[in-house]
Amino acid sequence: MIEVKAVSTVNNQATAIRKKTGSINYAKWGYIFLIPFFLVYIVFSLVPLVSVFYYSFFENYMSGLTQIGPNFVGFKNYGTLLESNIGKYFGNTILIWVLGFIPQIFISLLLASWFTNLRLRLRATGMFKTIIYLPNLIMASAFAMLFFVLFSDAGPMNDILVHLGILEKPYRFMSEVAGTRGLIIAMNFLLWFGNTTILLMAGIMGIDTSLIEAAEIDGAKPAQVFWLITMPLLKPIFVYVLITSLIGGLQLFDVPQILTNGGGNPDRTSTTLIMLLNNHLYSKNYGLGGALSVMLLVISGVLSFVVYDTLTREQRKQRKERKLQRGGAGR
Amino acid sequence: MNQNDAARLQLRLTRTACYIILILISAMCLFSFYVLIINSTRSHPDIQKGFAFLPGGSFGYNLQNLLANENLPVVKAIFNSLFVSGSTALITTYFSALTAYAIHAYDFRFKRAAFAFIMMIMMVPAQVTALGFVRLIGTFNLMDTFLPLILPSAASPIVFFFMKQYMEATLPIEIVEAARIDGSNEFRTFNLIVLPIMKPAIAVQGIFTFVTAWNNYFVPSLILKSAENKTVPLLIAQLRNADFLKFDMGQVYMMITIAIVPVVIVYLLLSRYIIRGITLGSVKG
Repeated sequence: MIEVKAVSTVNNQATAIRKKTGSINYAKWGYIFLIPFFLVYIVFSLVPLVSVFYYSFFENYMSGLTQIGPNFVGFKNYGTLLESNIGKYFGNTILIWVLGFIPQIFISLLLASWFTNLRLRLRATGMFKTIIYLPNLIMASAFAMLFFVLFSDAGPMNDILVHLGILEKPYRFMSEVAGTRGLIIAMNFLLWFGNTTILLMAGIMGIDTSLIEAAEIDGAKPAQVFWLITMPLLKPIFVYVLITSLIGGLQLFDVPQILTNGGGNPDRTSTTLIMLLNNHLYSKNYGLGGALSVMLLVISGVLSFVVYDTLTREQRKQRKERKLQRGGAGR
Repeated sequence: MNQNDAARLQLRLTRTACYIILILISAMCLFSFYVLIINSTRSHPDIQKGFAFLPGGSFGYNLQNLLANENLPVVKAIFNSLFVSGSTALITTYFSALTAYAIHAYDFRFKRAAFAFIMMIMMVPAQVTALGFVRLIGTFNLMDTFLPLILPSAASPIVFFFMKQYMEATLPIEIVEAARIDGSNEFRTFNLIVLPIMKPAIAVQGIFTFVTAWNNYFVPSLILKSAENKTVPLLIAQLRNADFLKFDMGQVYMMITIAIVPVVIVYLLLSRYIIRGITLGSVKG
């Protein structure tokens, strides 16, 4: 009896296994493997993101030692922010990004086109690439601290510049608007232009060389080849570089925070939006902090949409025209 | 013939100009690090006297002073940073590969939606959620611990995207099917067959996540409070906060050297792989 039972259970198991493999239902494993990512994302990012919207509608801060709120105030926090200096900080952030991005894209394009130019055949490009990418891996806060020490009033850079006769007396970088902003822009440039160069290089190398050869045979000059063939084909990677750089620019924090010790000196001309957010987080002003976070989310969303839209408008137009032509031919 | 010579001369001139500009740009990249290393070998009085282009002999002296400085627990901070960055690199690469595998190898109803969702959240700046994150960590009672710095990295959209690109190029589904026929369960297949194939991608992304975590300042500064839990960037901020003119400049330079140079050395050893790795995950032209 027992034996028969055992045999039957084995048989049952066998059919069960056959059934399983027969219908092959692996889909559930897809769901199971997605669980960690989504669980962690929901707990540590999505819930905080939603709660940021929630906090932005409440008055909730410390006044001295007394806790004010949380009281529901609707959109009052947004109004307070817009009336405050936020426009100035937004201006600072954008100015620093633009003045850093223009030379960055210019130098990066130049270097990328040299590194990929088959006729120039530069040597030791590996070494140059290694060097220009190096700053990107450096701790931004330590880099800012380094610049702070190097460019301080009695620091080595002033010493060198005076000795070389370029300056008559030490330039007070940290007390001048142009000096401080200039240092932030220079650091940002150094930190990111290597990365941009390598991305653009990958884009250029992805271009079919026969197109360029054909143009050269037709008598196109190198400049014409670059502007009329390479650049249009480079557009997708260009959009990618521009959007990531813009979003990164809006997040600018480590460098100005350490360089100015969070003060944005002189006279808050180098305070960025995230430095303002950081101040609200430290002073536990959750209402204004929340409203600022929501505005940052909206600004970065809108700006990247605008950039994406303007840069791809021509492509979409062409596609539409082609569609219309095809439609017309069909009729 | 003459025209040919002229063209060759012009090419040579262009090439020379390129080299000169490349050398100038490289010098611009390296000069600040050169000054840093020189000054880390000079004592405080020497540094005050003015800059010198040759190293001094006080490297050991500065290092000793810094390590003995009770206000800056450097050794502890290095271990904290190594622990946080190492764990982050492991968690990020493993779970990103797992998530990418789920999307790459299986067909299920919400696959497209899940993929679209991950691509969408890629562009959300991390700072935007910081306020909610910090308050959440407060209610979990995890303030001043390393867990909130490590665990969230299991959801890294960018590393996920890179892993998925790599899988599409290198992981034929036949291998997975062969493992199934041999009776391996799906989880085992992932750990023992898929992960080894993914090794090069894991190495590159591991380095990147490690470096990003090592350099991270914004979130740790909001979470870590006590002196013994500080990471290296927080010590740098503390150094900047202190009245630095009263400080021993030899120690300041040494502290910055410690924050920067280990990464530089690792990078120089692995630069070939790193530079190749930057572009693999990004959009293809």
